Amino acid sequence: MAKSGKTLEIRTSPHILSGYSVDTIMFNVVLALLPVTAFAVFAFGLAGLLTLCMAVASCVLTEDLICRASGKPTTVGDWSVTITGILYGLTLPPNLPLWMVAVGGVICVAVGKALFGGLGYNTFNPALVGRAVLQAAFPVAMTSWIPGFGAGRFSSLPLSTLTLPFTAPEYDALTSATPLALWKFSREATATSDLALGFTSGSAGETSAVLILLGGIYLIARNMMNWRIPASIFASVVVISGALHLADPARYASPAFMLFSGGLMLGAVFMATDMVGSPMTSRGCYLYGALIGLVTVVIRTWGGLPEGVMYAILLGNAVTPHLDRWTRPKVYGARGKEAAS
Amino acid sequence: MRSMRLLGLKTFRHGVHPPESKDETSGLAIRQFPFAPLLIVPLVQHMGAPSLPLVEEGEEVSRGQRIARADGFMSVSMHAPASGVVRRIALAPSIGGRMVPAVYLEPFPGSTQEVEDGTPCPLDTATPDEMIAAIQDAGVVGLGGAAFPTHVKLKIPEDKFVDTLIINGVECEPFLTTDHRVMLEQSRDIFMGIRYLLKITGAEKVIIAVEANKPDAANHLREAFPSDLDGSVAVLQVKYPQGAEKMLFSALLGREVPSGGLPLDIHALCCNVATAAQIGHLLPLGQGIHERVITVTGPAVKRKGNYRIPIGTPLRFLLEHVGVEEDVNRVFLGGPMMGAAASSLDISITKGTSGVTAFTDSAAERTHSQVYPCIRCGYCVDACPIFLNPSLLGMLAANEEFSSMTEEHNLMDCFECGSCSFVCPSHIPLVQQFRAAKAAVRKAKAGAA
Repeated sequence: MAKSGKTLEIRTSPHILSGYSVDTIMFNVVLALLPVTAFAVFAFGLAGLLTLCMAVASCVLTEDLICRASGKPTTVGDWSVTITGILYGLTLPPNLPLWMVAVGGVICVAVGKALFGGLGYNTFNPALVGRAVLQAAFPVAMTSWIPGFGAGRFSSLPLSTLTLPFTAPEYDALTSATPLALWKFSREATATSDLALGFTSGSAGETSAVLILLGGIYLIARNMMNWRIPASIFASVVVISGALHLADPARYASPAFMLFSGGLMLGAVFMATDMVGSPMTSRGCYLYGALIGLVTVVIRTWGGLPEGVMYAILLGNAVTPHLDRWTRPKVYGARGKEAAS
Repeated sequence: MRSMRLLGLKTFRHGVHPPESKDETSGLAIRQFPFAPLLIVPLVQHMGAPSLPLVEEGEEVSRGQRIARADGFMSVSMHAPASGVVRRIALAPSIGGRMVPAVYLEPFPGSTQEVEDGTPCPLDTATPDEMIAAIQDAGVVGLGGAAFPTHVKLKIPEDKFVDTLIINGVECEPFLTTDHRVMLEQSRDIFMGIRYLLKITGAEKVIIAVEANKPDAANHLREAFPSDLDGSVAVLQVKYPQGAEKMLFSALLGREVPSGGLPLDIHALCCNVATAAQIGHLLPLGQGIHERVITVTGPAVKRKGNYRIPIGTPLRFLLEHVGVEEDVNRVFLGGPMMGAAASSLDISITKGTSGVTAFTDSAAERTHSQVYPCIRCGYCVDACPIFLNPSLLGMLAANEEFSSMTEEHNLMDCFECGSCSFVCPSHIPLVQQFRAAKAAVRKAKAGAA
């Protein structure tokens, strides 16, 4: 070495790293989402596939264009926008007009992410920001569902999918209600096994609880997801809805129904756990999960809408900085200092 | 497998698990390292004032002879690492690049290199104050890396007392096996050193702390434990930075050093196991530190091992002797978690050097990957052993909000273990930012005073 005349690199310690990297974490989240994404395509056929493709494409393109416009290297390579696109697509009715999908995708990234300062600064989950805007702008389209496993789903599209931009969609006679709407408006319960396996109608990705949990377990095993958040959401939903159900089983849905219906699984496992919008402290994560569970049950039970997971998570995102502040751990030696002074 | 081994063992909260990388050297017995043709003995090897040279250029010295004396209480003596002739007393580069005064010593090639004995400090008859003076005369500093003069730590004020002495054989730093070998091969010196330390501090009992990855050392010390000593060998979970004294106190005693305070405030004192072994070896003979055990290791080193090496051996000679790979590009004094990168091969091994680790520039050991924005993953919050929020501190540091960092977020409690930087998936140089911020705060304070 001395003879080769090479220079030594001087850096400050630590000189080794754990090997975790933002892009590898994000890529693994994409991997974890693949089973549920594949199931969505299987259940809803061409419509599901086109919805997801349009959602991902609109998000990724928007991020790339914004990076170019601001003269910065593109950040598409960190995979975070791909997650946003997939999650956003999974929260949509699979028969949503594609032009609406695209509009929402642009809003996800442009408003939900770039406007806040990009990756790391997006206070709210970008996928849910886009969905919330669509929910407000197109309330009918966002609550018109097709049943899964339709006979011709791989050869034909629902009427609404290819609606011309900025025109109102038309619907087939085949639209169907989600389990939550069935319960809310006609007190009709759906079998838990159907809910868990995904044989119901609903948003593209919120139907198969088992596959969602599988993805979550994979990420928890790789230390890329904070298990406290979904655990706390589930616990809070079960405790609160359980108490209500015990009080009046005819009026209040069972905890199992609450757990496996609608967007709760997808939201608890993949959206509430978005690192940027969730607390950093362990105690903060428990409180955050409990809050999301509580708000979800309250909206579902007493609100005007059948589903409330989206608003619950957005609210959780909003209080995250406060939770981090309130649950700040006591620094080593702080107690002794108080005692000494 | 790992969790099974750790089951039920004591530890602190938080921390990280870097790869241990100790297998290649932990089984290798300590070997004597040859004398370099020219030894460069810096007169600043410790925290404190530089030692004052007692020799002149051209003077012949014998191995172990005192060649510099302490300049005040916050300073220690230096001893000749070899019998030879003082070629010059001049500046030499030190680890950070700063030039420090040093004695350039040329060993006699044909000498038998007998070590010169001095005035012994007998365990049975010497008073604690005499022992403290003897430790300063022997040039003893913390061999774990900090190089804080040991006698300063042992001088216990009238109003304080120590009930527990902790001997630190944790060695949580990856790659290093120095303390491991010392525990296996020098247990007699260790227990002799403990006797001195117990007498000086008045502590009732001693706990020798060893990480669970060194079961042979723990078993050996248990077997060798003198029956008349009150104490035990504690096996701790393998976790970084378990070897930091603050972490030892919370793991073993359930006590926390008050923020800004000293271990004496919680009636505890911690001493590195190699330091204890030096005290136990040197004081009965009246000798001074002239050599120490270091681990020379890392992917770029060909003949890895644990060596007893003369103080002042130049890094260049050391690496040429053990052989290094062609593509070596980083050399650290210490291990990869807290070690400092060598800026020059002309610096020499000092009392505080516990190892030399050399890395190649292969991609597997890359440390300078792309930096991403903080994604608030919280890994650093879960890693920080003193419960700071490195993510938040990092953002404040980027905005140079130093007063908020120190007053509201306890920056000065950070002891720079680097766990936050190690786990950060965004590769933000957190601990580097904290070092810079702390330096800026200290400078501002000094300017204001």
